[in-house]
Amino acid sequence: MSKTGMSTAGMTPDLSARIDAARARRVATARRRSRLRLLENLTLAAIAVIILFPILWMVMTAFKHPIDVYRYTVWFTPTFENFREVFNPRWGILDKIINSTIIAVSTVCIAIPIAVSAAYAFSRLHFPLKRTMFQWILLTQFIPAVVIVLPFYVMFRKLGLLDTYAALIIVDLAIVLPYAIWTIKGFIDAIPMETEEAAIVDGASRLRVIWDIVVPMARPGILTAAIFCFIITWNEFLFGYLLSRQKVVPLPVGIIGFLLERGPVWELIAATGIIITIPMFFFSMMIQRHFTKGMNLGAVR
Amino acid sequence: MKQRKLAVILLAPAFLLVAFTTVYPMITSFWTSFHVLNLAKSIDIGRFVGLENYEEAFVHDPDFWTVMAVTARFVVIDVTLTILCALGLAILLLRAGFGQNIVRTLIILPFAMSPALIGISWRFMLNTDYGAFARTIAAIFPFMKGVDYLASPFWSMAALVSVDVWHWAPYFTFMLMGGLASIPPETQEAARIDGATNWRVFRDITLPQLAPVLIVAVILKSVFALKVFDAIVTMTAGGPGRSTTTLAFFAYHIGFRDYDFGYASAVAYVLTVILFLLSLSYMRFTFRKPA
Repeated sequence: MSKTGMSTAGMTPDLSARIDAARARRVATARRRSRLRLLENLTLAAIAVIILFPILWMVMTAFKHPIDVYRYTVWFTPTFENFREVFNPRWGILDKIINSTIIAVSTVCIAIPIAVSAAYAFSRLHFPLKRTMFQWILLTQFIPAVVIVLPFYVMFRKLGLLDTYAALIIVDLAIVLPYAIWTIKGFIDAIPMETEEAAIVDGASRLRVIWDIVVPMARPGILTAAIFCFIITWNEFLFGYLLSRQKVVPLPVGIIGFLLERGPVWELIAATGIIITIPMFFFSMMIQRHFTKGMNLGAVR
Repeated sequence: MKQRKLAVILLAPAFLLVAFTTVYPMITSFWTSFHVLNLAKSIDIGRFVGLENYEEAFVHDPDFWTVMAVTARFVVIDVTLTILCALGLAILLLRAGFGQNIVRTLIILPFAMSPALIGISWRFMLNTDYGAFARTIAAIFPFMKGVDYLASPFWSMAALVSVDVWHWAPYFTFMLMGGLASIPPETQEAARIDGATNWRVFRDITLPQLAPVLIVAVILKSVFALKVFDAIVTMTAGGPGRSTTTLAFFAYHIGFRDYDFGYASAVAYVLTVILFLLSLSYMRFTFRKPA
C-alpha cells in the first residue's frame, strides 16, 4: 500500500507483475478450494456408501436364491421365495409378528395416557420438587436393563408369569414411559396457555381442559411419542430374549430361530429382517422432524 | 393447594408405574447383591453374605478385571471413534450445505433397525468365506484375505466397535450439526480475515464454542456404549474368550448362564453406579441453564 505513491499514472512493470502474481495466487487458491470441495464431496459419497452398504446387502440377500447367498455378487435372479418360506408354520414368524404387535400396541396404549397426564402436571401445575421429580424420572432411563431384568425374572418365575405378554409389557413400560413423558411435556410446553385459562375462567374442570383442549392441541406430540415408543418396544431384544420361551417370543428374538445346528439360514434372516424393519422405517419417516429431537433419551436402554 | 391435589392425581399413575418397574427392581437387585441367590439350587433368596459378592468381583474373580478392561477399552475406542466420525461428518455436511435432509434420512435407516438384527447381519457379512465385508476388505487389502474376524479377539472387538459406530455416528452427526450451526459465525469470519488458517479457526474458535455440546455427546455416547447388549449377543456372544464381554453382558452371563443371581446383581450394580455417575453429569450439563 505504501508503495502505490510511487506511480499514480499508468502501471509500472513492478505493479503489474504484482497484480499478475496476486491473480495467479487467487486462481491457485480457487483451484485448491474446488479440489478440496471435490475431495469433500467424494468423502461424503464414500460415507454414504459405507452407511448404506450393509443395508443394501441384506436387502439383496433377502431376494436371493439360497445358492446366490454365498456368492459375492450383485447379479442374481431375484426371488420372493424367501418371504413365502418365512411364513411357513415351521418358522412361526407370523406368530412372532402377532406377539410383537400385541406387546407393542399394549405397551403404547398403557404408557401414553399415563404419560399425558404426568406431562400435563409437569408442564402446567406448580408443586414442590417439580424439577427434581422430573429429572429423577428421566434418570431412570440410564439404568442398565440387566439390573431390571434380574429381579423381574425371579419374580415372574415365582408368579408363573414367564413367557406371558404381561411380563414383557410390564418391563417394556419401564423403558418407554419416561421417554413418553419427556416428549409430550415438550409439546405441551409449546402450547400457549390462553385457551386453557379462558376455559378455566368459564368454569371448566381441569380434567375437561386436558381432554378437550390440551390433548387435541398436543396431538402431534402424543403421536410422535406413541410412534417412538412403538418402535422401541418393537425392536426391544433383551427382555424378550430373557423373559420369553415359546409362546410370546417377539420378532427380533425370533431371528435367532434361524441360527440352526447346520448353520444359519441367512436368506430367511434377511427376509425377516426386512419384515421387521420396513414398518418401523415408515413409522420413523412419519415422525422424521421430531425423531432426532426425541432420540436424546429415547433409545437409551 | 388445589393444584397440589390435582398434581398428585395426575402424577400418581406414572409414579406408581416407575416405582414398580424401576425403583422396585433396583432395590431388589441391591438387596440380592448382599445375599446368596443361585437359581440352579433355589428360587428363594439365600443367606446374607454382606459384601462377599462384591469381594468376589473385585478380589477373587480374575474375569471381572478382564471384563472391566474390555469394557473400558470398548467404551474409550467406541466413544472416540463415534464422536470423531460424527464431528468430521457434521463439518463436511455443513460445508456441503445440502446435508440436513440427507442426514435425517440416513439417521433413520440405522435407527429403524433393531440392534439385534444389525449384530446378526454383521456376523453374516464378516464371514471369512462368503461375507460381503470380508470379501470387500480382502479385495482392497489382499493381505487381509482369510482373516477369521469373529475368531480373533482383536478383530471381533473391532467388529463390535464398527457396528456401534455405524449405528450411532449418524445420530451424533446430527446432534453436532445442531451445535455447530448455533455458533455465531462472526468470530470465525473475523479470525479468517485476520489471516487465520482453517485449522487454527477450528481449533481456537469453533472447538471451544462447541465444547458444551461435545461434552454432552461424549457422556451420552459413553452411556449408550456401556449399555450395548443386543449386538454382543447376536454377533460375538462375548467371545472369543472374554474379548468382547463388556460389563452388561458379563452380568447377564453370570445370571442367565451360571444362574448365580447374587453375584450377577453385584456386577450389575457396579455397572449401575458407573452409569449413575455418568447420567448425573449428563443432567448437570443439559439442565444447567433453566429453559
